[in-house]
Amino acid sequence: MEHLIKVMPQLLKGAVLTIKITSLSVFFGMLIGLIMGLGKLSKRPYFKIPAMIYIDSIRGTPLFVQILLFYYGIPNLYFQFSGKTFTIDPMMAAVVVCSINSGAYVAEIFRAGIQSIERGQMEAARSLGMTHNQAMRYIILPQAFKRIVPPLGNEFIVLLKDTSLLSVIGVVELTQSGKLYVAATYAAFPVYIGVALVYLVMTLTISRFVAWTERRLGVSDRRE
Amino acid sequence: MIVVNNLVKNFGKLQVLKGITERIKPQEVVCVIGPSGSGKSTFLRCLNLLETPTSGEIMIDGKNITDPNNDINKIRQDVGMVFQRFNLFPHMTALQNITLAPMKVRGLSQKEAEERAYNLLAKVGLTDKANVYPDALSGGQQQRIAIARALAMHPKIMLFDEPTSALDPEMVGEVLAVMKDLAREGMTMVVVTHEMGFAREVSDRVLFMDEGIIVEQGSPEEIFNNAKNERTKAFLSKIL
Ligand SMILES: Nc1ncnc2c1ncn2[C@@H]1O[C@H](COP(=O)(O)OP(=O)(O)O)[C@@H](O)[C@H]1O
Ligand SMILES: [Mg+2]
Repeated sequence: MEHLIKVMPQLLKGAVLTIKITSLSVFFGMLIGLIMGLGKLSKRPYFKIPAMIYIDSIRGTPLFVQILLFYYGIPNLYFQFSGKTFTIDPMMAAVVVCSINSGAYVAEIFRAGIQSIERGQMEAARSLGMTHNQAMRYIILPQAFKRIVPPLGNEFIVLLKDTSLLSVIGVVELTQSGKLYVAATYAAFPVYIGVALVYLVMTLTISRFVAWTERRLGVSDRRE
Repeated sequence: MIVVNNLVKNFGKLQVLKGITERIKPQEVVCVIGPSGSGKSTFLRCLNLLETPTSGEIMIDGKNITDPNNDINKIRQDVGMVFQRFNLFPHMTALQNITLAPMKVRGLSQKEAEERAYNLLAKVGLTDKANVYPDALSGGQQQRIAIARALAMHPKIMLFDEPTSALDPEMVGEVLAVMKDLAREGMTMVVVTHEMGFAREVSDRVLFMDEGIIVEQGSPEEIFNNAKNERTKAFLSKIL
């Protein structure tokens, strides 16, 4: 208990970094996901095929391996070719890898959301003379956004928890803060309970927020 | 106004339209009748290229719309379509449904578009529903908004694909009344319908389709009272 109180300030500092990495990655992941999701739905092969390769290879490999590959693999590859060494900033690596990772999952969420909109909506928009892009922008995406709020919220929670893997490259996020403290004190139980609790508070907050957003969007369909 | 030459449409191996040739004059109201699956919707959807014809030619206002060099979006602006299932945009009010395309496609200001929309809402008798979302409207009201939405583009031609088939019987009349007004004002209309009363009363010409061809066509009088083709007679005896 004593350790738990003493470690808290460090854990909270770590949690702030966790939130920072997660929110940046969620932001970039949404951008990547929207583009790649539309890519996968596109009829044009030069757009569709890269999107499919990206989505499948990211979703088909562990985040842990992606972190290692990016942080250690790329400098190694560079060294092989140029004989020079360089290191990647761990914080930058964290955001880049998590954004790319999250983008693939978000792309699938967008794709499913867009496909869940009735075909008649696109047809009605096109029959009014709208271009495909206008129909997407004004008709399909606004409706799809509402439907993807729950799975998107879920993806944020998964990503937040998965940032704990970043401790392997020395980013002092929440889990790593705990590990550092345990290394000095051996107080593994109270500290990791503390770590778990902080994660729990964050994920519960997000899921409440998502549920609230969902309710708000839900009624806007119905109000008179 | 609409000239169709030997229109063929295949879905994979299935030939749905087997060579349709037809000429529709300005201000003409043409009803298309026929059994389910005979290709009526496909024919209609080819007229604004929601389906791409496999072969054949469609001219609208002298422009060959099947020519890939023509701008599809430009052509569709002048051809309104009303769907069986209304297809209103559920995230927009009735008013927004009507003003969106005139603003984004025709470039009207919001003020101009709303003025146009309120005129149309009055015409379909739903002025008081301007700020209501579609799922708070009855089927008949939704379909009338859908008609207003199509009219807001000031189309030269209106296509209707079974506009009353998804409606409860007591709401059919209000939608047909709007369509009758439109016909009276001289709109060129192609209407796929099972409402034989409407076809008889309002249309200038009736086309009977079966198995991907126009089997017989003529004035309502000719089709309903003096059908020559056996298939037409068989169909009418079942439905009347
Ligand atoms: N997108 C499609 N893909 C495959 N077959 C289709 C498609 N649309 C229509 N069909 C088929 O074409 C035929 C004619 O359909 P349709 O034009 O809807 O007939 P109708 O409107 O007269 O009932 C039917 O056999 C239908 O199953
Ligand atoms: Mg049909």
